[in-house]
Amino acid sequence: MSLKDQVQSCLGPLVVAVSECQGDLSVEVSRENIKAALSKLKEDPGLSFDFLSDLFGVDNSELYKKTAAKPAKKAEAETAPEEPPKPQEFPPRFEVIYLLLSLKTNKRLQVKVRVPEENPVVDSVVSLFKAATWPEREAYDMYGIRFNGHPDLRRLLMWEGFPAYPLRKDYPLEGRGEERHLIYD
Amino acid sequence: MGLKAYTGEGWLLTKMEELINWGRKRSPWPLPYGTACCGIEMMCALAASYDMARFGAERPSFSPRQADVLIEAGTISKKMAPILRRIYDQMAEPKWVIAMGACACTGGVFRTYSTLQGINRVIPVDVYVPGCPPRPESLLYALMKVMEKIEKDHPLRALFDREIGQVDLRSCP
Amino acid sequence: MINHDDYVKINIGPSHPAMHGTLRVVAYTDGETVVSADPEIGYLHRGVEKLGEHLSYHQFIPITDRLNYCSAICNNVSYEMAVEKLLGVSAPEKAQLVRIIMMELARIADHQVCVGILGVDLGAFTPFFYLIIQREEIYEIFEHYNGARLTNTFGRIGGVEADLPKDFEQRWKKLKEGIARANEETDKLLTHNRIWMDRTIGVTTFSAEDALAWGFTGPCLRACGVKRDLRKDEPYSVYDRFDFEVPVGKYGDVFDRYMVRMREMEESVKIIDQAFKLYKDMPADAPLMAKVPKTIKPPAGEVYSAIESPNGELGFFIKSDGSDKPYRIKIRPPCYMVYQAFPEMVKGEMIADLIACLSSLNVIAGELDR
Repeated sequence: MSLKDQVQSCLGPLVVAVSECQGDLSVEVSRENIKAALSKLKEDPGLSFDFLSDLFGVDNSELYKKTAAKPAKKAEAETAPEEPPKPQEFPPRFEVIYLLLSLKTNKRLQVKVRVPEENPVVDSVVSLFKAATWPEREAYDMYGIRFNGHPDLRRLLMWEGFPAYPLRKDYPLEGRGEERHLIYD
Repeated sequence: MGLKAYTGEGWLLTKMEELINWGRKRSPWPLPYGTACCGIEMMCALAASYDMARFGAERPSFSPRQADVLIEAGTISKKMAPILRRIYDQMAEPKWVIAMGACACTGGVFRTYSTLQGINRVIPVDVYVPGCPPRPESLLYALMKVMEKIEKDHPLRALFDREIGQVDLRSCP
Repeated sequence: MINHDDYVKINIGPSHPAMHGTLRVVAYTDGETVVSADPEIGYLHRGVEKLGEHLSYHQFIPITDRLNYCSAICNNVSYEMAVEKLLGVSAPEKAQLVRIIMMELARIADHQVCVGILGVDLGAFTPFFYLIIQREEIYEIFEHYNGARLTNTFGRIGGVEADLPKDFEQRWKKLKEGIARANEETDKLLTHNRIWMDRTIGVTTFSAEDALAWGFTGPCLRACGVKRDLRKDEPYSVYDRFDFEVPVGKYGDVFDRYMVRMREMEESVKIIDQAFKLYKDMPADAPLMAKVPKTIKPPAGEVYSAIESPNGELGFFIKSDGSDKPYRIKIRPPCYMVYQAFPEMVKGEMIADLIACLSSLNVIAGELDR
C-alpha cells in the first residue's frame, strides 16, 4: 500500500484534500478535526507519525489575488468589460502546516489546515506533541493565529507590544518604523 | 612618545597629556559585544592566530564598568537596541566604540522590519569596519585606528575647560 | 504555577559572557537551585523569512550563510537541495562529492567551536586555542576554494561553482594530523579531568522519550541514546556510499553531548578520506552543474528538504507560486526545538549547571531567531 492509501484509510472521512509534489505528500483536514487527525496518525501502528518536525503558518492572500487577476486579464483581452467584476470568494487566508515524521518507517507527511482571517483560531496540539510549544508561539507572533489551549501564548521573536504581525503579506518588508523603548524604573 | 629630554638620573620631560595618552592607548581593554557572525571572526581575532593581546587588549572584559573599547560585532535588532544603549551608558569614560561588520555599520544585508540600520542610531561610533564579516586583520587595523584616535585626545581639557568634555548622552538621537 | 515572590529572580541578560551573544534567561532560584528558567529569544531576529519572499532564488543563497554561521556551507547546501527538489533536478556526482567534502569540513569546524566554547564557559580556556588553530587551517581551505572564510556562499542551485583547489591533497594531509593532534590534546586535558567530569557528568540528564517528544535532532538527541542521523536514515546526496559510524551517548548529560561531538569529528575525517578517494577517480572534465535555467522559475508547489547539519536536522520548506521569487520559505532550525526544552532540562539544577547546559546545546542565535 502506498503512503497515500495508508493515510487515506487511516484518516477516512477527515481528509478534505490530498496532493503530492515531487514526492512530498500533503493532506488537508478541517480546522475542527486537527487534533483528532494528528492523534490518529500518531497512534496508527502502521504509520506511527510520532515526531513533529515543524509547525508554521502561511499567508495565501497574494496567491489568491494572482489567480483572481489572471482570468480578469483574459476577459479584458477578448471583450471590453461591461460591468464591474464581482468580489471573489476566496478560500481561507491562512494555512497552518504540520510536518510529521515517522521514526519507524522514516516517512514524512505534511498535514495542513486552512484558517480564515476573521476568526484565526486553531486547536493547539501541545498535548500531543510537546515540540509544538514554541512553533505555535511563533505562528501567533508572525501571523496572529491563536491556538486554543496553548499553555503560554505570547510573542516569541518580536518584543511584547509590537503592534503588527510581520510575516503577513500586507506588512511591508522594511516595517512601519516601529521602535522598542525600554523604560527602566 | 614625545620625550623632550632625558637627564640621566631618572628624570623624563614630556607633556602630561602625552603621558596619559601613551598609557591609555597601549592597553585598550575590549568589551567583546558579539552578536552574530562577526562575533566568530572577533573570537578568531582574540584567539591564538591573530592575537589581539599583543596590542594591549589583553583582558577582554564582559563587564562594561571595566572596559574601554566596545567592539560591537554583529547585527543589532530593534529588540536588542535599548540593551546596547544601556551597556554603552554603563561604561566609564573614556570610552570608544568600534562598529564591526556591515550590519553594525549600516544594517548590512538585512533591510527589514526588525534590524537596526546601523548602531550609530543609538550610540556614537568611533571606527567603522566594513566587511561581511571583516577579516581579523581588519579588526586589528580598526584597533590601531582607535589607538591613533586616543593619541590625539585631550584628556585634561575636561578638568580645565568646563564647556568641552560635558557630553549629554541623552541628547543623542 | 510557582509563586514567584518566594524566589530570587536572576536575569541572565542578553549581554552576558556565557550567553553566546543574544540569549536571555530569566531564572527563579531558591538559593542556588533553579526552580524555573524562562528563556527569551528574538534578540537576533532579522526577518530572514520575509526577506526571502522579496529576493530571487539565487539571491537568497548568501542570506542562508548567516543562519548557522559556524558552519555556513551546510546551510547553503540544504537550501540548494531544497530548490533542486522543487525543480526536479539533481546535482551531478562530482558536485555531490565536492559538497560532501566541504560539508564535513564545516561539521568539523562547528564542533571545534562548540567544544572550545563549552570549555571556555566552564573555565577551561586552553583547548579553545588548540582547536581554533585547526579551525584556521580549515578556513584556509575555504578561502582557497571560494575567497571567504566564514560566510562562504558555497555552491549553486544545481551543483557547485568550481573544483576543489589544486593543493587540497597536501593541505588535507596536514590538516588531518592537526585535527587528530588537537583532539588528542583536548581529550587529554578534559575527558578524564576530575574537575571536568564533576562539572559535566550527571548534569541535566535527559531521557530519550522526552527528547523525541520535544523534537530533538542531532548530537543532543544522539547523546540521549537514540541512534538517529539523517545521513543514515534518509540518505541524501551520495552518503549511502560511505562507511561511517554514528556515535551515541547514554544519559543525555553535558558529558555525553561533548563526547558525541568529539567522536563525530573523527567520523567526519573518515568520510572526507573516502569522498576524496572517489573524487580523485572521477574524470577531470566531469560536469559540476546540472542544467538549470538562468532565471529559476520553479513550477507551483511546496517541498520540504532536510539535511543533517552539525546541530541536527536543518530543513527548508519552500512554497513556490510559479514566479521567480519564492512565496514562502520556512527554515526548520535544529537548535530551536532543542532550546524550547531548556526549562525542563534545568529544573532542579544549580545556576552553574544552567550555564554548562546552555553551552553544551550549541544554540546558535542566528539560526534560532533567523
